Amino acid sequence: MVTHPEIGVVRRYIFSTDHKIIGIQYILTGLVMALVGATLAALIRLQLGWPETTWPLLSTLLPAGYQGGVMLPEFYLAVVTMHGTIMVFFFISYVLVSGFGNYLVPLQVGANDMAFPFLNMLSYWIALLSALVMIFSFFVAGGAAAAGWTAYPPLSAIAAAVPGSGMGQSVWLVSMALFIASFTMSGLNIVATVLSVRAPGLSMMRLPLTVWSYFIASILGLLAFPPLTAAAVMLLFDRHLGTSFFLPSGLIIANKLVANTGGSPLLWQHLFWFLGHPEVYVLILPALGIACDIIPAFTRKPVFGYRASVWCLVAVGCLSMIVWGHHMFVSGMSPFSGEYFSLATLTITVPMTIFGVNMLASLWGAKLELKSPMLFVCGVIALFGSGGLGGLFLGNATADMQLHDTYFVVGHFHMMIGGVTLMATFAAIYFWFPKMFGRTMSEALGKLHFWLTFAPFFTIFFMQHFLGIQGAPRRYYAFTAYDYLKNTRGQNVIISLAAFLLISGQFVFIVNFAWSLFRGRVAAANPWRATTLEWTVPSPPPHGNFETMPAVARWPYEYGVPGPDGDFATQTVPASAVPVTL
Amino acid sequence: MFRKIEGTFVSLLFAGTAFVGAWWGAHSWLPSLASRHGAGIDSMLNYLLLTVGALFVAGYVALAYFIWRGSRRDVIGPRFASKKTERILSAGLGLGMAIIAEGGVLAIGMPVWSEYFDAAPPADAVEIEVTAQQFMWNVRYPGADRVFGRTDPKLVDDNSNPLGLDPADPHGKDDVVGLNDITVPFGRAVHVRLRSKDVIHSFFLPNFRVKQDAVPGMTPEVVFFPTRTGQFELACAELCGLAHYRMRGTFNVVSQKEFDEWLRTQK
Repeated sequence: MVTHPEIGVVRRYIFSTDHKIIGIQYILTGLVMALVGATLAALIRLQLGWPETTWPLLSTLLPAGYQGGVMLPEFYLAVVTMHGTIMVFFFISYVLVSGFGNYLVPLQVGANDMAFPFLNMLSYWIALLSALVMIFSFFVAGGAAAAGWTAYPPLSAIAAAVPGSGMGQSVWLVSMALFIASFTMSGLNIVATVLSVRAPGLSMMRLPLTVWSYFIASILGLLAFPPLTAAAVMLLFDRHLGTSFFLPSGLIIANKLVANTGGSPLLWQHLFWFLGHPEVYVLILPALGIACDIIPAFTRKPVFGYRASVWCLVAVGCLSMIVWGHHMFVSGMSPFSGEYFSLATLTITVPMTIFGVNMLASLWGAKLELKSPMLFVCGVIALFGSGGLGGLFLGNATADMQLHDTYFVVGHFHMMIGGVTLMATFAAIYFWFPKMFGRTMSEALGKLHFWLTFAPFFTIFFMQHFLGIQGAPRRYYAFTAYDYLKNTRGQNVIISLAAFLLISGQFVFIVNFAWSLFRGRVAAANPWRATTLEWTVPSPPPHGNFETMPAVARWPYEYGVPGPDGDFATQTVPASAVPVTL
Repeated sequence: MFRKIEGTFVSLLFAGTAFVGAWWGAHSWLPSLASRHGAGIDSMLNYLLLTVGALFVAGYVALAYFIWRGSRRDVIGPRFASKKTERILSAGLGLGMAIIAEGGVLAIGMPVWSEYFDAAPPADAVEIEVTAQQFMWNVRYPGADRVFGRTDPKLVDDNSNPLGLDPADPHGKDDVVGLNDITVPFGRAVHVRLRSKDVIHSFFLPNFRVKQDAVPGMTPEVVFFPTRTGQFELACAELCGLAHYRMRGTFNVVSQKEFDEWLRTQK
C-alpha cells in the first residue's frame, strides 16, 4: 500500500490531486452555477408569467437587460440560452457526472485514487476556467450568446443576426471547447479507472450500477464530444476567419448580402446532435445508476434484475449513438432518414422500460424507509416514467411534426435531463454527504425539501407538455401576439408561480447543506447500513481511501441476509461469513 | 406510526399526481383541425395519449402502491423474484412497450408520414412561395403564367425588392408578392415552396399540423389540403432572433371566387 506523506493546505484542498477533493470541488462549483442558472430561470418565468408588467427594480439591478422595467427581447434570449447552457453543462455535468463520478468511482472500485490523478486535477481547473469564461460572456459587447443552447447557425454565426451573436457567441464557443477538453479528460480517467484499478475480486459483474452507469456514460462522452469540438472550432472559423462551413450562398442579413458561399446549416445540426443526443444519456445514466444504488439501502433487499439492468445500460449506450436525427424531423433532412431515426429511437424504449421497471420492482416486497435520499429516488423513478413516456411522442416522427420546437419538448427534456438528474443529484447529496463531510444532513429539512421540490417541479413541466400540445412554440419572449395562444396565459401564470415555489424551496436545501457542514450530527462510517466499498472506510475517508487493499467477495446488493452488522453484508465480508449471491 | 403516515402521504402524492395529470391532459388538447393529413397526425397523437396516458397512470399507481405497502412492512418479502418472474417482467414489458411504440409508428405514423412527404402536388394545387426573413413572411404567387420569376440575392433590397426579383425575366412580371398574409382557395391542395433569406425559421400552421423549417440554401416543399375555410395563424417555430415571438402571419382559406378577386386586387 502506498503511504501518503503529509501535504500542505494548498496542495490538499485547492490544487489537490485527491479524487475526493476534486469531486467536492466539482460539486460545489456546480451548485454555485446552479444558483446562476436558477436566477436566470426566475427571470424567464417572470417574463412569461407577466409579459406586460414592468419591474422598475430590475431596471436598477440589471440596467443592460431591462429598460423602463421591461425586459429586452435580446436579454430574454441571452437568458434562455445561458440558462440551458449552464444547467446542462455547468450544473448537471459538473455535480452529477464529474463531481459524483470523481468522488464515487475510485471508492466504489476499491482504488486509492483515479487512474490519472494529475489529469484529474487538470480537468477540474480547466472546467472551472470554462465556467468563468461562460459567466464572463454576459459582460461582453452585445451580451451573452442568444441563439439558444443549440446555437444553430446562421443565427449563431453572423453578428448582425442577433446582438448575442457578437462577441458573446465567440466566448460561448471558446468556453464550450474548454468544457469539452476538460470533460474528455475526466471521462478518460473514469474509463481507465474502472478498467484498470479495480480491487481484487471486483469483477465487472460485481460493480455497483453507479459505477456501470459512469463507465457507460464516460465512453459515450468520449465518442460523442469530439464532433462538437470540431463543430465549435468550425463555427469559430466561420465567424472570424471567413470560412463557410455552415453558411450557404446568398444570405441577406440586415439588408446586406453576406459574402459566404457553399456551406450547410444542417451540417451543424448533425454535428451538434451527434453529441447532443448521447450527451443526454451521459447525464441521465449516472442518475439512474445512483438511484439503483440508493434504493436497496432503504428497501433492505437487493435491486431487482441487476444483470438485466447492466445490459440495459450497455444497450442504451449503443443505441444512443445512432438516433441523433430525431431532433431534426422537420429540419429539411430527408424524410426517409426521418423514418429510420424514428424507428431506431423507439427501440430505446425497450431497454429503458426494462430498466425503469427494474427500479420500480426493486420496491416490491420492500421494508421501506422513506429517508430523504429515498424520497428523492422516488422522484427519480416518477420523473423517469413521465419523462420517458413523453419521449414516445417526440421519437415518433409523425407526432413530432406538430410537437417539434414547442413547449412539449421543453417539458420533456426538463423531466428527463432536468428532473431525473436533479432528483438524483439531491438523492446523492443526502446519501453521500455523511461520507464526504463526516456529518449528517437534517432529515426534517431534507423531507421538507423533497415536498417543495417534487410537487412544483412536476406541475411546471407536466403543464408545459400540454402547452406544447396546444401549440405554444418554445423560446418565445411572450405569447401575446397570437390569438390561438390566448388560453395559455393563465397556465403560464400557474407555471411561473410553481417555479418560484420550486426556487424558494431550494433555500431549505442551502440552509440544510451549510448548517450540516458545520453543525450536523457526526456521521458513522456506514450510517445507512449500505454495502458498497466506500462505506467500509471512515467518514470522511482518509487520503488514499483504503488502508489496506480491500478484497471483494461479493456483489454490491447483499441485503436481506444475516450479516455481521445486521441485515446486510458489505462487499468485503468474506464468503465464509455470509454466503455469496453473485 | 410516523413511518406509516408518511408512507401514506408520499403514496398519495404519486397517486394524486397520476389522476390530476390524466385529468389535466384530457382537458388541454390540440388547436382545432383544418387539414386532411392533420387527421392522421391527430390519430397518432390520440393513440399516444391513450396508451401513454394509461401507462402513466398505471406506473404512478404502482409506485404509490409500493410506497404505501413498503412503509407498512417490518420484514422484507422474498429477496429475489423467481428467474421466471424476472424474465416475464422484462420480456413482457419490454416487448409490450416495443409493440406500443414501434407498432404505433408502423401502423399509424408511417402511412401518414409517407402520404404527407411522398404526395406529388396535384395539378390544380395552388402554388405559393414563402420566403422567411427576420421577422416576416414574404409570400409570392406565380401569377397567370404559373411560373415563378427568377430571383437573385444580389438584387435584394429590403425596401424596394425584398425577394430580389430579376426585372429581366418575363416570368416575374405577373408574380404577385405580398407580406405576412397567405390566402388560398378552398377545395384545392396548397403547395408551398419554403425559403429563407437569413437565418433558420420554421413555418408552423398549428391548425393544419404543418411544421417545416425554412433553411437558407434549401427549398423544402410542403403539400397539404385545407378542409375548411377561415382565418388561421402562422407562427415561426425556430428561434430566429429578437422578434421571433411575434413573427406572425395569417393563413386565409377562402372560396375560389373570393380568392380570384383577392388575387386580382393584389397587383
